[in-house]
Formats: sequence, C-alpha cells, structure tokens
Amino acid sequence: MTSNRILVTGLSTFWGGRLAQAVERDPRVETVIGVSPEDPTCELQRTEFVRVGLQHALLRRIVHAAEIDTVIDTRLVVDSLQASPRVAHEANVIGTMNILAACGGAGGTSSPVRKLIFKSSAHYYGCEQDDPAFFTEGMRRPHPPRTRLEADIVEAEKAVEGFAQRNPDVTVTVLRFVNALGPDLRTSHTELLDLPAVPCILGFDPRYQFIHEEDLVGVLRFAAEHDLPGIFNAAGDGVLALSEVASLLGKPPAPILPPWGSSLAAAALRPLGVRVPDEVRRQLRYGRGLDNRKLKAAGYAYGFTSRETVLAYAEAMRARPLRRGEAEPYRYEREVEDFLRWSPSVRRKGTV
Amino acid sequence: MSDRPALPAPPPTDDLRALLPAIEPDRQITDWGRSERVEGLLDATLVEFLYHYWFRCEVEGIENVPATGGALLVSNHAGALPPDAAMIAKAIKEEHPRPRPLHLTVEHFFKGYPGLAMLVNKIGGVPAHPANVHRLLCDERQLVLVFPEGRKGTEKLYKDRYRLRRFGRGGFVEAAMRARAPIVPIAVLGAEEAMPIFAHVGLLQRLTKLIYFPITPLFPHFGLLGAAYLPAKFRIRFLEPIPTDGWGERPWDDTGLVQTVAEDVRARIQDELIDLVSHRRSVWLG
Repeated sequence: MTSNRILVTGLSTFWGGRLAQAVERDPRVETVIGVSPEDPTCELQRTEFVRVGLQHALLRRIVHAAEIDTVIDTRLVVDSLQASPRVAHEANVIGTMNILAACGGAGGTSSPVRKLIFKSSAHYYGCEQDDPAFFTEGMRRPHPPRTRLEADIVEAEKAVEGFAQRNPDVTVTVLRFVNALGPDLRTSHTELLDLPAVPCILGFDPRYQFIHEEDLVGVLRFAAEHDLPGIFNAAGDGVLALSEVASLLGKPPAPILPPWGSSLAAAALRPLGVRVPDEVRRQLRYGRGLDNRKLKAAGYAYGFTSRETVLAYAEAMRARPLRRGEAEPYRYEREVEDFLRWSPSVRRKGTV
Repeated sequence: MSDRPALPAPPPTDDLRALLPAIEPDRQITDWGRSERVEGLLDATLVEFLYHYWFRCEVEGIENVPATGGALLVSNHAGALPPDAAMIAKAIKEEHPRPRPLHLTVEHFFKGYPGLAMLVNKIGGVPAHPANVHRLLCDERQLVLVFPEGRKGTEKLYKDRYRLRRFGRGGFVEAAMRARAPIVPIAVLGAEEAMPIFAHVGLLQRLTKLIYFPITPLFPHFGLLGAAYLPAKFRIRFLEPIPTDGWGERPWDDTGLVQTVAEDVRARIQDELIDLVSHRRSVWLG
C-alpha cells in the first residue's frame, strides 16, 4: 500500500519538518498534515499544521476527519539534551500511548489508519560491555535499561509492539536509527564533535556508526512508500572507531573523561559548556554497532556510509562560519501561512 | 552469563551475505575495530621477534587450515599474558600458502578495561559473543580462533600445565555447526612455560580490577619486566579439520551431540599435547 493521506507527528522537530518537506513534494500524496505542540521550524509548502498536544481525543478527531491512512511518528525524544527527563518521559511514554490510541479503532468504530511508522532509536539496545558487535533486529537487550532515556524508549517500543499485535491489519514499522549527523542537525553528539577536540574517555576507542540526515528522511519516506512490517535498524554502512571519526574531522581526540568516575567528571564539565549525557557517556565507553542488512534487503539503498556521513559533516562544519547570517531563520506565522495556502490571490505553481 | 542470547537462524543470513558493507579502501580500520596500522606495527616488531627468535616457533600441519571459507580454530590456552594467540596468527601469516587474517575471540572483560579496550580490538580481538562468531564464520567467512578454556586455561597454575580445563558448554561447537564451518583443533606447546603462574594474589586482583593478579617468575617483583616471556621453545600443531555439516538439519539442537563433539575436540588436543610433551627433550631447546 502506498500512502496518500499522511499525518506526521512532531512537525516542530528537525526530523518531522524535514520529512514533511520531502513528503509534500511528492504529487502522489494527497494530503500531509503535521501536528506538534510547537510551531514548525522549517518552511512548508502545502503541509497543514495543527497545533495540538498529545491528547488522543483530539488526535483521533484529526485522524478520522482527514481519513489519515498513514501515521509517521517522528516525535520520540532520543536525545536527553532536547528535553528535561520529565518532558522526555511524558513525550516518549505517555505520548506514544496517546498516538497509538488515536490510531486504533475504538468502541466498534474502525480506524482509517493502515500504516504506522514509528521512529525509534538504537538507544533501545543500550551500550554494555557484553554487547554483540552488530545488533540485529531480533536481539533483545541483554540487560535492563540503565538510563532514563533508554527505559522510556524500551517502554514506548513495547507499547508499539502491543499495538501491532492488537491490530494485525495495520502495517507497523519500527525504525531504530543510530546517531544522525548532518549540517542542519543539532544533537548532543554534534555538540561534542563541534568542540575544538573530540572528547573521549581515557583508554577507550569506541565503535561508532552514523546515519546522514538525508538518509534518515529517506528511510522514513521509504517506509511510507513500501510495506515494511516489523523492526528495522537504520544505520549507515561501516562502523568507525572514535579516533577515526576525530581524524576525519581533522581534530585531535581529547581524553578529558577519566575511565573511573566519568559521571562525576561529566558533571564537572557541565558548567564549562561541555554536556555529556548518560547515554552518550555509555557510548563513549562501549560504542555500538548495528546490522543494517534487513533494511537493505527490503530494498533501501543508503546514500551515505558512516564514513561519508562524517566527511560530509566535516565539510559542512568548515563552511558554517561563512554561511552564518546568510538566511533569516524561519518563523512560523499562522496568518501568513494561511494566506499563502488558501487565499485566491496567491498564484500557485501546479495544481496540487 | 545466565541466559545466552539467541543466535540468528542460518537460512535467512544466506541472502544477507551479499549485503555486507562494501570495503572502503581509504579506511585503515575494519568494522570490527581492527587497525591495519597498529597490527602491522606490532607484527613487524614484537611478534616477529618472538616468533622467530624468542620462541623459535615450529609449525606442523598448516595445510589443515582451510584456504577459503570460514573455519573455527580451537586451541589450548596458557600463560599469564598468553602468547599463544599471537603465535598462531603469525604461524598462519608466515607458513600458510594463502595467509588470512585471524580473528581472536576475547572475554568481554577487555572491552571494559581502559587501555586494553583500545588495544585489543585494534589487533584483531573480537568479544566472544555467539552472534559475533556467527557473523565472522558464516557471513564474512573468516578464520576465528577460540580458546574454549577461557581464563580457566590462563589462570591455572604451573603444576597443572598441559592439563586441559573444562571446555565450557560447547558453545564453540554450536557456533561452528550453525555456520557449517569446520573445526580445526590446535595443540600449542611452550606457552605454559613462557609465563607460568605460581600463585594468585586475590587482594591485588580486586584492587586492580584485572581478571587475575598472578605471581610469575618475573612478576610482580621485577615490575614492568614481568611482562617478559621466558624463552620456551614453541611447537604449534594444526590437527585435521572436523567437518560440522554432516549431522543433519539442526544439529545444534541436539545438546548431547554438541557435548560429544566438544569432548572429542578436547580429547584430540589433550592427546596431541601428551604426545608433544613426551617427545620434547628440553623445555627451552625443544
């Protein structure tokens, strides 16, 4: 089934915005609706934005009224710098429950939703000493979650799994993304890689895998265009050592975290502006690799390997000071957007 | 290690083999974290010296190591800082008509210990996870070396030399069966005398968080010199491969068979060791 009427959650996030931009360019897609509690952060042509929190009753009304057939849930908080632990928990656990409730049929009414694409994270697997070098989708994590973020992601995925079992006629795709890099993306990892030296833990050279932001949007779109029931890892080819990442960026590695008591050291670095959240600290110690072959077997061709992703990021970083102030940052103004979309005075290109 | 992680079933991996990441020629580190540069440097200096001049390795039966396809090499394990793995890898590099890299499975301990965590996977160590062994053997068709005795082999005292410890639960046989890769048993003579352990100091082990804190002829009283080996004569004997694809569809489900094969491999290595020791005139001269 190809998706015609799409609902994108988390439109205000980088992922949601970029995905909506990509989806609305596709003439086969009739309707794109984006929801999020905050204003969108990128310019959209025909995506309709509805400011709504995660109340399932409201979401359900939107889903039914617009006869949404595909829900792409990009709203999961996968970086503890993006939100406080409380907000992240609210969004990841309660938010997921509400979205699932809005997608499912209730009280005898059937839901128009035929496909649910859930953006998850490789943090699902955690980072442990006795991890396999390449996680495959069928592997359970060997230990209970150690950080709050991981616990929330595991719980959210469990809810999605339950939804998939209760609704066998809905194609449920879960995509576990590794750390993404790209010129426009801000994460706790880009914050660390932007420092003059790449911070690491003394005596450790962890394995790192990246996905380019274009591949990230590409994978989400691929899932919307094809039927991919089940769980898929999304990660660029190749696993790099952190020292390799540093040399690709042309920066020296800086072992500023001691092997023992690294959480205390991370806390001490916070006032200096170097923020190393728990899940990143675990990655800096043990690293992680994912087997991406299931998605490749399903037909997706990655545009970037992990190495090419880092190289592209390095180029973008070098060009960033020149680009600064070039374009006004986008601001969402409802009146302007409504005028552009609906006013008969606006001459629209094409007749979409 | 209470519940072992489930292995992927072999049939679907067959078509996934073609989807392995392509090799990027500009990289010097593999996806496993192995570094050509570090390995090459160590190989050209320390390993070269130990192999040719210090241990004067002699190799028998190198033709038993297959030239293509995955194979699981199984060896006895000894010495406080075991030199056997490096010598086996070097033997394949030096003597084999078609030298291939050897991947060594190591304990998860190494991934968590600062310094060692950096070094071990750079020189070909891979954490001993069943999924790692399966990927290497079945998908990447590489040579994998395992020491089923694990640390029970290296921590044993000098008085127990050349007496093989228990071979675990036969996990290595299971891994070979799933990958349909042959098992090549190896008997190594000399590692027991290169760095024998006379006693263990439990308190210092807990303080340093190492796997064990041994007393060897040179350690700890000579400090860093304690990392030096005694010049024992090495003899490495590769035994005939044991094929694992002749036992039907899913032989790994038959725990009895797995245990029998594991015990058979152990017995073969033990017999060879007894034979090697009985023919040895001198520990140092061979």
